Order: sequence, then C-alpha cells, then structure tokens
Amino acid sequence: MKLRTHIRVLVALLLTTGVALTAETLKEPTIEERLADIEAYVNNAPRTSGVASKVANPGPGHNAWLMTSSVLVLFMTLPGLALFYGGLVRRKNVLSVLAQCLGIAGLVTILWWAVGYSLVFAPGTPIFGGLRFTFLRGVDGNPNADYAGWVSHSVFAMFQMMFAIITPALIIGAIAERMKYSAVLLFVAVWMFVVYFPLAHMVWGADGLMNGVWNANAKIKAIDFAGGTVVHMSSGWSALILCLMVGKRLGFGKTIMAPHSMVLCMVGTAMLWVGWYGFNAGSALGADGIAANAFMTTTLAAAVAAVTWAGAEWIFRGKPSVLGLCSGVVAGLVVVTPACGFITATGAVIIGLLAGFIPFLACVKLKPLLGYDDALDTFGVHGVGGTLGALLTGFLATQNANPNLATNLKDVVGRTLWLHQLAAIGVTLVLAIVGTALIALGVKLLVGLRPTAEEETVGLDLVYHGEQGYILE
Amino acid sequence: MKKIEAIIKPFKLEEVKDALAEVGIQGMTITEVEGFGRQKGHTEIYRGSEYTQNLLPKIKIEVVLPDELVEAAVDTIIKTARTGKIGDGKIFVLPVEEAIRIRTGERGARVVG
Repeated sequence: MKLRTHIRVLVALLLTTGVALTAETLKEPTIEERLADIEAYVNNAPRTSGVASKVANPGPGHNAWLMTSSVLVLFMTLPGLALFYGGLVRRKNVLSVLAQCLGIAGLVTILWWAVGYSLVFAPGTPIFGGLRFTFLRGVDGNPNADYAGWVSHSVFAMFQMMFAIITPALIIGAIAERMKYSAVLLFVAVWMFVVYFPLAHMVWGADGLMNGVWNANAKIKAIDFAGGTVVHMSSGWSALILCLMVGKRLGFGKTIMAPHSMVLCMVGTAMLWVGWYGFNAGSALGADGIAANAFMTTTLAAAVAAVTWAGAEWIFRGKPSVLGLCSGVVAGLVVVTPACGFITATGAVIIGLLAGFIPFLACVKLKPLLGYDDALDTFGVHGVGGTLGALLTGFLATQNANPNLATNLKDVVGRTLWLHQLAAIGVTLVLAIVGTALIALGVKLLVGLRPTAEEETVGLDLVYHGEQGYILE
Repeated sequence: MKKIEAIIKPFKLEEVKDALAEVGIQGMTITEVEGFGRQKGHTEIYRGSEYTQNLLPKIKIEVVLPDELVEAAVDTIIKTARTGKIGDGKIFVLPVEEAIRIRTGERGARVVG
C-alpha cells in the first residue's frame, strides 16, 4: 500500500517535470511539422504537440463557423422560440413569453460567466466540472485543446452558452400563461445548477460520466451529438413535472385557449429551423465533414417529420394544419439532435418518420387522455422527442458517418450502444424529475408559483410587465 | 316607410348591393357583425385541443325605404343572397316613424326614396 503511494508520487513528479521541460524547450518546428500543423487545421484534427506551432491563434475558418453557429443558436431563442411560443398563447400573455425568454437569456449569461461555464467544461469529477474557469478566467482567443483545438476558447464558451440559454427557455412552454415571472426566474436560476450544469458536464465534459466519444473512462458510453439528453430530454421532462406542480390554467378545457397568432408561430418555427443548423452542424466544433453530414441529416429529419405530422393530421382529422407542419418541423429537429453527427441520410429519414408520428401521438392522444396542461407541448415534443432521439441514436449511429466512433466506442457502436443510451436516458430522467420537483417545491414556498385568479384572468402582460402586446386603435 | 335589416353571408355582399342599386335603392348601411342561428359555428383544432367557435362572421345591411319599394328589395335580397344552405341569413322588416335629411332638414319618404 505504502509502496504504491510512493510510486504514484514519483510518477506524478516525473510527469510534472516532463511537462515543465517541454514547455520550456518547445523545439522550432521543421517544415514537415509546420505542414502537418496546417493539415491538422484543414482537417480539423488535433494540433501537433511537442513543437512550437507557427499558428499561434485559432484557425480562422473553424472560428468563423463557430461564431456563426453561436449566433444561429442564439437566434433560435431570440426571437425564434419566443415567437414560436408567443404566437401560441392568448393575446393577453404574449409579452410574458417574450419577457421570460429575454430574462432567461440575460440570467443564464450571467450565471455562465460567473461559474456555469466552469462547472460544465473545466476539468473536474465525472459529475461536476471544476472551478478553473470561474468568471471566465483565462478564457480568451486562444483555443482550449481539450475541446476544439482550432476554435478560440472564448468562442467555444459562447457557443456552449447559447445551448444553456435555450434549454430552460424551452421549459416555459409547459407553464405558459400561469406562472409568476419571479418564480420563473428563480426556478431557472436554481435549475441550471441542479440539472443543466451537471448534466451538460456528464455528457460533454472531457472527463464526463456519459461522454462515450471522448472520455475513454466514461462509465456510461453514451453519445449525444448536439443535446438530445442535455437540452431536450432535460427541458421536456422538467417541463412535465413543473406543469403538474403549477397546475392547469384557469378555465382549462372550458374556455377557448386558441393561439392568438399562428403567423408569429410559423415565423418562429422557421427561425428555429434555420438556427438549428448552428445547433447541430455547429456541434462538430469546426467546419469539417462531420458538420457537413450533420447539416444534411438535420434538413432531412425536419422535412420528413413535417410532412409526416401534417400527413397524420390529414388522415386522422381531415385537415393538415399550419401548427401540425410547425410541430413536425420542430419534432424532427429535436429527435435528430443527438444523432445528427453520427448517422447517415437514411438514418435521418427514419428519424424523421418516427419524429413526425410519435410526438404527434403524445400531443394529440396522450395529453388529452391524461389531462395534464402542458400548454405549448414542451413535454410532447421535447420530452418525448428527446427521449426517442437518444434511443434511436443508439441504433442508427455508425462509424461510416463519423470516424470518431471508431476509437473509444469501436466495440460498442452497432452492438450495445443502445443499452448505454438507455442508461443515459435513465440518469437524465432521474435528474430532471427529482431536481425539478424539489426546486419547484422550494420556489413555491419562497415566492409562490402562480398569480391570483384575478391576475391570471387579466393576463400576465399587464400584471407583471405593465404593457400590452398589441394596442389596436 | 320601412327599414329592412338583412343578415347575409359576407361573400354575397357585392352581389346584393349591386342588385339593390338596380331596383332603385340609393343608399344603405353595412356593418360587419358576428352571430349564430341554426348554422352552428366551426371547430378549430390546435394539436390536442379542439375549440368550437359559435359566432360566425356575417354582414348586416340596413336600408330605409318607401313602402312601395319594400317587396322589390326583399325579393332582390332573397334572390341574390340565397345559396340554399343553412346560414344564408334572415331579413327583418320594421316600421320607421320619420326620416330627416340633416343637410336640408327635409322630412318624410322622399328623403329615402
């Protein structure tokens, strides 16, 4: 026992000296090595180690794509999701949805700067990241080779932040029109620490518990390209629990709660689809062939799911609706999210078909059957769709689409990957459900979850924001 | 003098208006209204939620005219506004006590004739 400790200390010492030595004596690169460095950039491969790179900064192409992708993912929330959801509520509550999306964008950005980014992407334990990057210390224009060797660390941090913004914003769809603004913000602030930061670290952190692609020591060898578990399952299942705890809208099932503007809803949907290219193809963390494949699979899944959902409506209910087409687009994008960088075109079409049909059943059959008031179908689309996507990824992922699956996962992909995906689904479910239930209980005790009946009848726009969405003279 | 109030389907307005002008009606008042009768509303479906809209949009035409024009006007409206389906609307005929042209102060049936 004692001997082993001695050896460990000795090895550690040797390693540190070794690292210190190389840092001091990085040799001048040969022409061959310089060429290899440039080739690594062009191929979005790891940088050549052990030599002083003549490309001190990020690779401009990959950096440009990640900045573009970051903007696209922000565009998904502001104004994409805000309009998609905003159009679906009644006129008196449209601003409350916009205020929630904007408020969450501000709040999460501050949390991300303070400690959120570090808790997800600084080296730590398999469950939590460390504190090295609190207040974004040392996060600058130089790349962080742990994640993306050719992208600025600052750009990587901002790209990932956009995911942290849209995830809690998705939840508000389920509790739309009936939750206090203060309660929404307090819930989201705590939820980020309890659910999002640990989950994102487990799935995407280099030392994360469920990062099957990059962490050779991952206990659960699951894969999630752009956030099926982290973004859609976590928000969708949390949304279900939160809407059960908040309760139904006043007059649910009795009064008309039809969308006040299907036009805004469609505009928002189109923005979500456009933005999703940043979300999915951007998750390759470079402008490479994997990004290109994700770009294609994303398109196919969205289109097939839109046609499937609207087709199901046409067959079962007589008319294909605009909301059906919009829902299909979003469902297709949700389900393909975890898979997009790991599957072929055929896989994407299979995903599109199932994404158009299973979330359709969840929204149109399951919800009325069970009677919960998931106002804008966050659970039906993101919870059910995210879970479906995580599972399908286990069956459809292939090394032909992504050579990174051939290293740590070569014995898993195409065999037992789906079991690892099931395990990741289980962890996500427990975290989202238990976390949300406890936080919602705390928020209820602290500030209360709901407006009074009178306030809810008047509408949240006037009550919480002192404004009206439309002044029609 | 009589007042005719006709509730008709909105898409029939142009036809009815032109036909009334042809039989010598010089003016009318048009209002967009909502209501219901035997024709119940329509159903809207948003994902899992179904809503029945009871109130349907209609057009109300109001015309005040001398007694001798009433039958011709009513016949014209029936002929032009009819589709033969439920929801074609109704015509009401009401007595009118007086009519006054504001510009001149004239009174009586010649104001509307």
